[in-house]
Amino acid sequence: MDKDTLLDWYRQMVLIRRFEERSDELYQLEGKIKGFLHLYIGQEAVAVGSIAARKEGDHIITAYRDHGHALAVGLSANEVMAELMGKATGVVGGRGGSMHMASKERTFWGGYGIVGAHISLGTGLALAEQYKGTDNVCLCYFGDGATNIGYFHESLNMAAVWDLPIVFICENNKYGMGTSIEKASAAVKMIDKAKAYKIPGKQIDGMDIFAVHEATQKAIEACRKGKGPQFLEMMTYRYEGHSIGDRTRYRPEGELDKWRDEKDPIATLQKHLLSEFDVTEEELIAIDEAIMKEVDEAVKFSDESPLPALDTLFDHIYPSNAEAN
Amino acid sequence: MARLTLREAITEALREEMRRDENVFIMGEEVGAWGGTYAVTKGFLEEFGERRVRDTPISEMAIAGAATAAAMAGTRPVAEFMTINFAFVAFDAIVNHAAKVSYMFNGQFDCPVVFRAPGGGGKQLGATHSHTPDVIFAHFPGLKVVCPATPYDAKGLLKSAIRDNSPVMFIEPVALYTSPKVRDEVPDEEFTVPIGVSDVKREGSDVTIITYGEGLHVSLDAAKSLAEEGIEAEVVDLRTLQPLDMGPVIDSFRKTFKAVVVEFGHQTYGIGAEIAARLQEEAFDYIDAPIKRVAQYDVPAPYSGELERAALPNADRVIAAVKEIL
Repeated sequence: MDKDTLLDWYRQMVLIRRFEERSDELYQLEGKIKGFLHLYIGQEAVAVGSIAARKEGDHIITAYRDHGHALAVGLSANEVMAELMGKATGVVGGRGGSMHMASKERTFWGGYGIVGAHISLGTGLALAEQYKGTDNVCLCYFGDGATNIGYFHESLNMAAVWDLPIVFICENNKYGMGTSIEKASAAVKMIDKAKAYKIPGKQIDGMDIFAVHEATQKAIEACRKGKGPQFLEMMTYRYEGHSIGDRTRYRPEGELDKWRDEKDPIATLQKHLLSEFDVTEEELIAIDEAIMKEVDEAVKFSDESPLPALDTLFDHIYPSNAEAN
Repeated sequence: MARLTLREAITEALREEMRRDENVFIMGEEVGAWGGTYAVTKGFLEEFGERRVRDTPISEMAIAGAATAAAMAGTRPVAEFMTINFAFVAFDAIVNHAAKVSYMFNGQFDCPVVFRAPGGGGKQLGATHSHTPDVIFAHFPGLKVVCPATPYDAKGLLKSAIRDNSPVMFIEPVALYTSPKVRDEVPDEEFTVPIGVSDVKREGSDVTIITYGEGLHVSLDAAKSLAEEGIEAEVVDLRTLQPLDMGPVIDSFRKTFKAVVVEFGHQTYGIGAEIAARLQEEAFDYIDAPIKRVAQYDVPAPYSGELERAALPNADRVIAAVKEIL
């Protein structure tokens, strides 16, 4: 991996972290973000490392903890922040909010609020590509909690029966909201559930961006070669609560500190850059500062952006038939 | 011009659209090798192959969800539920996803998926297998709900549904599939029937009967009997429940001043409630009598034939309702 790529990954992860920290403030201190807000802090290596492995045309679809993926597919901090603040300049014009961002141009299909439902949608994206005969692949992200809902099982089975080109990426952060895997799932390894459907699965250190990237690359290649669905269980950790207002009382004391102190994906990559490449502390600080500025700019942009016009309330309930054949 | 049953008309529409557009494909339980549990897709596997006629696992959530996203990604799937009762299992995928993606994502995505489902009771299939839940689906903006009653409409509307960029719930009255009584002249040449347009199926000046689906035939039977007594009923077939076209309903009501709504779904919160509300909102000055509702009684469908029939609307109940307000 070359230095520029790694610096780009570093930049993306720091952007997600700073963006999320600022969002938290905007919600809790300034009241500028409403509704639900699910922060991605701690899990940055998963979205950044895996999305970096896709080629143009490959699909990304995820659940409600979607700001990290939105930024990693290349949406600007401006448009993501404006969406959180419900502005007309947001990714989806203020209609979707935190949980529902999507960009057709970037083949980023959302952002979905119902746990597990989008796993069936991801399966459908893969079906469409297989039907059209392309070699495009779908990367479908979900949490460990989603593996207990029917959608997950029906979708894995269907994808396996039809050999669909989809990489199921389970972001295992140990808790579905506040309920630990041990309490909620008879199978504590998510790859065992994939195994039941004959889908090859691997447990990956989701805090290690190199491991994430390499595993995703291999899984995508297998899909492209027609080997059917693949499953990656990314072992990761969400530093913040499930959403704003969650004080994480269900976690054992010290658990968060251990992950943050020993496994933090940004600190790990930072160390690697300093020790293995001729990157200086100053360079990294300059990146950090540029990102602080980018996030500040995003807040300013969003503050100054107009609210959606009230006369657009009824727009897009139904797609236009103008181009229907 | 051929005389087709309702089922034959649906089969023709599907076949013609698949021949016309390579992006159209069918997925559902038993649609392929079996030929459809109601034989709607008989012969399709042989003509179109496994790629375009896809037998699915028994997985309604995944069928509806996958078809939704496949539609967003540029294909035009027709997803079949073996019966409408199984669509309940997929309710979230239909009303919370297919119906939402256009609006929620600010118009970026089309979602040209058709969910086909035979619906309705009267077949002695018991409480879980006999629903007419059409209005429930019609409650949600973003989803179109089409309920044809005649072979001509079924063919023309299904073709429109497949070509529409919106998700369409297409509910077919299974009790009429092979009924010789509803056999109808259907043109051989290409035609479509627009979604969202109600249709006057019988003209009359004394009372307006508003109905759709199976209710149409019960209403026409009632109108025929009433005519023998000199009462001329106008029968309006809604054909589409969402978006609802009130134009012909209001026009007719302004002429007759009296209305009976006939539906095979349960009465409480049914289409009758909606039509009655709209009539008092939009034509209050024309109301001469209470607006009557004839619907399935509010009881789960019993198995035993006579009991089940007793819960469903019939021509006698429609006639009685009309006479109450004349």
